[in-house]
Amino acid sequence: MRLCDHISEINKKDEKALSVFLTAGFPEAKNFSDLAISILDSGADLLELGIPFSDPLADGPVIQNSSLIALENKVNIKKVFEYTSAIKQKADKPIVLMGYANPIVHYGVENFFSDALNAGANGVIIPDVPIDEYDSFYGCGSKGLDTIMLTTPYSTEERIQKADELSSGFIYCVSVYGTTGERVNFSEETIEVLSKTKSIIKKNKMLIGFGISSAESIKSIAPVCDGVIVGSAVIKRLFEYREDKNLSKVTSYISSLKEACIKS
Amino acid sequence: MIKTNNYISPDIKGKYGKYGGKYVPETLINALEELEALYKKVKDEESFIAELNDLQKNYNGRQTPLTYAERLTKHYGKAKIYLKREDLCHTGAHKLNNTLGQILLARRLGKKRIIAETGAGQHGVATATVCAKFGLKCEIYMGETDIERQKMNVFRMKMLGAEVRPVSSGSKTLKDATNEAIRDWVANVKDTYYIIGSVVGPHPYPMIVRDFQSVIGNETYTQMLEHEGRLPDYILACVGGGSNAMGMFYRFLEEDVKLIGVEAAGLGLQSDKHCASLTLGSDGIFQGMRTYVLQNEDGQINEVYSVSAGLDYPGVGPEHSFLKDSEKVSYVSVTDDEALKATVDLSRFEGILPALESAHAVAYLEHLMPKTNRSQIVVVNISGRGDKDLNTIIKYTEEKL
Repeated sequence: MRLCDHISEINKKDEKALSVFLTAGFPEAKNFSDLAISILDSGADLLELGIPFSDPLADGPVIQNSSLIALENKVNIKKVFEYTSAIKQKADKPIVLMGYANPIVHYGVENFFSDALNAGANGVIIPDVPIDEYDSFYGCGSKGLDTIMLTTPYSTEERIQKADELSSGFIYCVSVYGTTGERVNFSEETIEVLSKTKSIIKKNKMLIGFGISSAESIKSIAPVCDGVIVGSAVIKRLFEYREDKNLSKVTSYISSLKEACIKS
Repeated sequence: MIKTNNYISPDIKGKYGKYGGKYVPETLINALEELEALYKKVKDEESFIAELNDLQKNYNGRQTPLTYAERLTKHYGKAKIYLKREDLCHTGAHKLNNTLGQILLARRLGKKRIIAETGAGQHGVATATVCAKFGLKCEIYMGETDIERQKMNVFRMKMLGAEVRPVSSGSKTLKDATNEAIRDWVANVKDTYYIIGSVVGPHPYPMIVRDFQSVIGNETYTQMLEHEGRLPDYILACVGGGSNAMGMFYRFLEEDVKLIGVEAAGLGLQSDKHCASLTLGSDGIFQGMRTYVLQNEDGQINEVYSVSAGLDYPGVGPEHSFLKDSEKVSYVSVTDDEALKATVDLSRFEGILPALESAHAVAYLEHLMPKTNRSQIVVVNISGRGDKDLNTIIKYTEEKL
């Protein structure tokens, strides 16, 4: 099933899609697939799998640090594909790969897309390839993999339309100015901008990311989106899990987020 | 602002051949477009040019001399050697050429807060200086390793009223300071202007910084004709990010002059302790640009090294990558040891203490001069002075003794 159909199915049940970001190979390279499956089983609808990079420009300190640990754990693109197949074998939910341009270019863009597809990935997000560089990067075609472009509160109507045109699957709508990381609340102004963005997007589903960390924050933005992406808040809890080995704290957190997606 | 000749770059998308571009998070696109539109509008405006020229002359101390290095020339007994004296710019290096231009852009955009990254501290000082002059809030990102080896410049920035923000991620040097500055900009793009210090980053920065630095080459061109009635045969400049080299080379790209960029080979090209991005790097996407990058087999950016904090960078300006591939410029490298020897040599022969960065260009004379003859002319760009490096030089000399 393609990404947009999957999200539509969820929306039909009057639910918002919950996408959870994990840095591949964090906190441990060993058993990472099992961890990801537990997260999916506890309520995540989609998995966003981060390919670690030494210089993650769009990320705040929490994801940066997880990325560095994953690199110390010797995680590379090949390993990310292994995780993808392993997870797919046990959980029938979409996986979107999120990675910065350089490791992908180094791997070979065309090979990356084919191998990602073979591994079972559904889509790809490359935060440092904006629509201006779409042709230079995706020129070879994405081999049936969904390509997900980003919008921000600063994006003009024209750019949102362009992102909508170039994307398949969904649009990743960045909620706030800044890098990834938890924030307390969304202002009325933010909600208004998000709602305007939603009205411009015609073709794709819209998932909101950056700054979402609680059931409350999900409820506040649910009316203006088709789903949410939670990253840093999960990674932060995985840092705790790394110390106390208590996975149930993480899985019950995910369940509480999904609950907010249903009830909102 | 400066029209030279047939060489035109970048193209409309900010590409130098396949290099350059705008590989940044979507959040920054608006700010980059706004900057590009403003720059296109003002660069040929008389009032802008007049304001910048006045600052360059009466504040920065331009034009800088082109000095005939008489004793150094005699020492080699080959081509005549001239030195372009960017070390005499206000604040001690070519960096102010760029920050003066960019602060005028920031003012026209109405931005109240200025951020910058710095390696050796020279760009940080040059940014803090223009912020003091124009009364703008200034925050400088600097790697902890660099803070340690460039204490004097850290103190200078604080004296100038800037806040120095230590960066502890990665290799704690220029690359990491740049990442943090970009993250700050992503978060505060509304009221903040980011003054990039070299010909790096996303379009339009490499073009803007090159244009502001091209005053170096433009002056050299005129001065060479005054001194010798002809253009030089060779021009040498050091390359880290590559702003002094780009500023020097740009005017000469279509002339019959051999242009040589000198990178830092650190402890040697065979060691992994160097930062010779053009010599040993490969095609990559880094900090907003496609360019030559030092990276590992998985496309992770390497931690690089040079005794000179200003060259310690795993990437290089995209236009240099283009000039390398199109063979308009040759890129070579010299080691820490060679650069340190050149620092002492230039001090003793000419009474000029070069920055360790600039000393890399001087050091290449050892390789180049034997191939020249007495009828030829070589120009070396002395991009900065070495006062800031005395601690490093003392430490190094003591270790060697």
